[in-house]
Amino acid sequence: MKANNTLGLILFPAFDWAISPTHPEREERLLYTQDQLLEEGIEDIEGIHFFNPSVASAKDIDRVHFCYPSTKKLLTPSHFIAAGGVIRAFEAVLSGETDKSFALVRPPGHHAQRVVYGDRGFCIINTEAVGLAYARKKYGNMRVAIVDTDCHHGDGSQDIYWNDPDTLFISFHQDGRTLYPGTGAIEELGGPSAYGYNINIPLPPNTGDEGFQYVLEHVVLPILDEYNPDLIINSAGQDNHYTDPLTNMNFSAQGYANLNKLLNPDIAVLEGGYSIQGALPYVNTGIIAAMAGLDFSGVVEPDYHLGKWKQSSRITEQIKKISEDVLTIWQHKEALAERIFEGKSSVTRSRQVYYDTAGILESQTQEFITCPNCPGLDRIQSKNDRGASLIGITIPIRACPSCREKGYDLFEQTKSARGTKRYLQDLAHDKCIID
Amino acid sequence: MIIGIDMGGTNIDGVAIDEGRLIKHVKRPVDRSDYFLSIWGAIKELLQDVNKEKISRIQLSTTISTNAIVEKRISKVGVILQRGPGLSWEFDDLGDHVEDVSGSVDHRGIPIASAGTDELVRIRDDFSHHSVESVALISKFSTRNSTFEKQAADFLKDSFQNITMGHTLSGKLSFPRRVQTSYLNAAVSSTFQNFAINIRNALKREGIDAPIYILKADGGTIDLDGAIAKPVETILSGPAASFMGMSALLAQDHIDRCLLDIGGTTTDLFFLVDGVPVFEPSGIEIDGRKTLVRAIYSTSIGLGGDSYVRIEGGELKIGPKRMDHAIVFGGKYLTPTDALVYLGDMKVEHSQKSAEAIEEAAQALQMSAESFAKKIIAQFCKTIKFAVDSALQKIHENPVYTIKELLSDRTLKPESFGVIGGPAEALRGHLQREFNLPVELPPAFEIANAIGAALARPTVEITLLADTDRKILSIPELGVYEEIDKSYRLERAKDRALQEVHKASEAMGFASDIAEAEITEASSFNMIKGYYGADRNIRVKAQIKPGLITQAPLTQLKSRNEENDESK
Repeated sequence: MKANNTLGLILFPAFDWAISPTHPEREERLLYTQDQLLEEGIEDIEGIHFFNPSVASAKDIDRVHFCYPSTKKLLTPSHFIAAGGVIRAFEAVLSGETDKSFALVRPPGHHAQRVVYGDRGFCIINTEAVGLAYARKKYGNMRVAIVDTDCHHGDGSQDIYWNDPDTLFISFHQDGRTLYPGTGAIEELGGPSAYGYNINIPLPPNTGDEGFQYVLEHVVLPILDEYNPDLIINSAGQDNHYTDPLTNMNFSAQGYANLNKLLNPDIAVLEGGYSIQGALPYVNTGIIAAMAGLDFSGVVEPDYHLGKWKQSSRITEQIKKISEDVLTIWQHKEALAERIFEGKSSVTRSRQVYYDTAGILESQTQEFITCPNCPGLDRIQSKNDRGASLIGITIPIRACPSCREKGYDLFEQTKSARGTKRYLQDLAHDKCIID
Repeated sequence: MIIGIDMGGTNIDGVAIDEGRLIKHVKRPVDRSDYFLSIWGAIKELLQDVNKEKISRIQLSTTISTNAIVEKRISKVGVILQRGPGLSWEFDDLGDHVEDVSGSVDHRGIPIASAGTDELVRIRDDFSHHSVESVALISKFSTRNSTFEKQAADFLKDSFQNITMGHTLSGKLSFPRRVQTSYLNAAVSSTFQNFAINIRNALKREGIDAPIYILKADGGTIDLDGAIAKPVETILSGPAASFMGMSALLAQDHIDRCLLDIGGTTTDLFFLVDGVPVFEPSGIEIDGRKTLVRAIYSTSIGLGGDSYVRIEGGELKIGPKRMDHAIVFGGKYLTPTDALVYLGDMKVEHSQKSAEAIEEAAQALQMSAESFAKKIIAQFCKTIKFAVDSALQKIHENPVYTIKELLSDRTLKPESFGVIGGPAEALRGHLQREFNLPVELPPAFEIANAIGAALARPTVEITLLADTDRKILSIPELGVYEEIDKSYRLERAKDRALQEVHKASEAMGFASDIAEAEITEASSFNMIKGYYGADRNIRVKAQIKPGLITQAPLTQLKSRNEENDESK
């Protein structure tokens, strides 16, 4: 068997790591997936290559996050390896080693926001964002679309790319009113420099293959066509599956494979998905086959019956309506942005972030200082209910010289804040200062 | 006394070894029209003046199965596949009798649906109608649940000469490889069986009832009955024979080492980590088919003493083709051997033609003949070094699955080299300079392969899986599939695995104190279902790794042939 697209697989099940012995994110999670992939003979398909993950450095993490109290104290080796696995996936594609790549690593990352006090939704660091920041540093800035197909809203990725016009973030997920983390409404559209480039498509519980395909064909693909990214990334969470214990959707392995065929991502990264016996072995085989351009028609769950998971017509109508709303906003994003941000040199948002796994509550104020020549600066002031506080400033990779200077000035001014940890990310010159 | 025979492509080498001493060595050409007679001829010659009663075992490295496959002298095979859901492998190289049956089991071995008897009846009749001789039965995940393969084998056993069940051949996962391995096993089974019967009868006629062992590609042996059941295990044992011979003849240090077997056409590379051979990650490939047959890792490059040396576009090229013998041995084309002779590294009779060829080619590059000869050898050594480095790189890139393995920086780094083969002695100094490491030339290396065949001991590898939720323990290689209770734990699984390996070794006539069993992998995964109770998915691999029958200092081994030479 020969792959039509060469594919790099970073399969790292971390058989010696768990959040806790009975946590869904435990040693067993990718055991059956690995069994299935080996038994299917994936290793012997011409054009599919297995790569070991790299190990990310603290600097790779600091390009994306403000980790409190420090990167090394918050992370376990498994996090450095999961991020390193994603870095390896970017490296494979951008160096031209393979056409596409898929990082099957754990733990996941899409709930990790820029500020990190601990574990949220099984994530501490946003592995994809770490990989992308590494790639942009090494290969130059690029326009990237991230399509998050996890059943939970990718609130971490949304936060990190909130004001980045070079990263289009599209998440479709089970409606936040019915599932963790609760965010992901259509109205969450992005900061002043990237308004409309954060796209949420909340779907009703019990959405099936048909609904996902509809959203993909009528919303996601047309928007991607227009955005014309250099790179498409699939945040390949697998918990939309009909057997997932934590969610209420009815997506199948065929559905996931078909989605990847249509989306045609350059890079996929495993996110959530905890039906480790009934879903992951088949969904991952399907995604791999689709990415490699192979026939996946035989990849079905043993208990799958066509028609059993067909969605109701009421849900179909709901999905049509949601899709229409999302598209209308996309088409009018410039006008909407003008109405909201016209004449403002700075935009502020305040919110609370709960770290469910760590049990920490954070209060955060974020200020976007706009600029006519570049995406502008971003300043976060944050404190948590354990008495910690931090200030973080991000100079974007495309910052103009005057914003860059201003960023350093702002950082100087924060010196007076006693007992507050200070961070500066100068992505334009790949420099991070923490003190 | 041990009789060891290595049958290669052109020659058969045989040795008789007694208490660490080489008693006798014979060399005979292979008669391609009758492999059995070729081997028997060598054995008879060895037996001529030895005490037959003293023979304790006879060990053979044969190309019987390999040649049957490569020369397509195989049985008519019928293949029955239970593929279940998954990728669409085509399997268009298994002959004309490939049938699918319904049903499947999943990755844990849970039955999803079973094949109907009516399907098997139809297939049996069809196969019989087409005079199918051997049947291969393969089900996806049969290593996890072999019920289908066993039931179908039971149903078909009276209708066909031989039935191969996929799960018996390896505990490793890979349905496509299991299919190919089973197909090959079925295909060579009657050829090998005929050979086995012939050899057994011939020995009986000579009044010898010593046990017979066959060398496998992993450097271990299997007893003759085992080889009759799994003849596919005996393919491609040639490199393993050389490897085991070199191991026997070199100091047995527990170091990282690279072994080179430099022949006329090709050079084979092998590696040892802490004295233990590096294996192929999945299994060996034969005739374009990827199998699950365990093998010592070896990589072959098209470079040898007789490689074709020429100037192309002003550049010196060596190999990968071999045109003929070296000019110095009567050939027509320039070779590295000619360069070695020119430089005085190889002591053979001077040949005017050989020297002229070097001088002529040197002129084309406007070099002195000596610098040109040196250039050939330098390039030869560099190519080997490049191949060694690439192979090491590849070995290091083998996937790992735990944080511990990924973060440990244990990498294979040869501390010394061993080299055998025709030009080995002449190249030794050159290689030593290239690698900047000691390069050892074992004594009696010309017959390393036969010595390796003689001294290899049995290897066993088993894969145990205990699933306390299904309450099933399985060891596919041994056909074990039995019930366990919920309290089964990793420690018990490890004990059981070691016991089974000992038993298998003892069954082949080896006490467990000689060949030590070891656990190579052991893990126990918590399986969480609902909110109460945890089950375990326990996985253990155990083996007896390749080793030598005798630990005697074989470096001091001296053949009687050599003694004879001295006395001449």
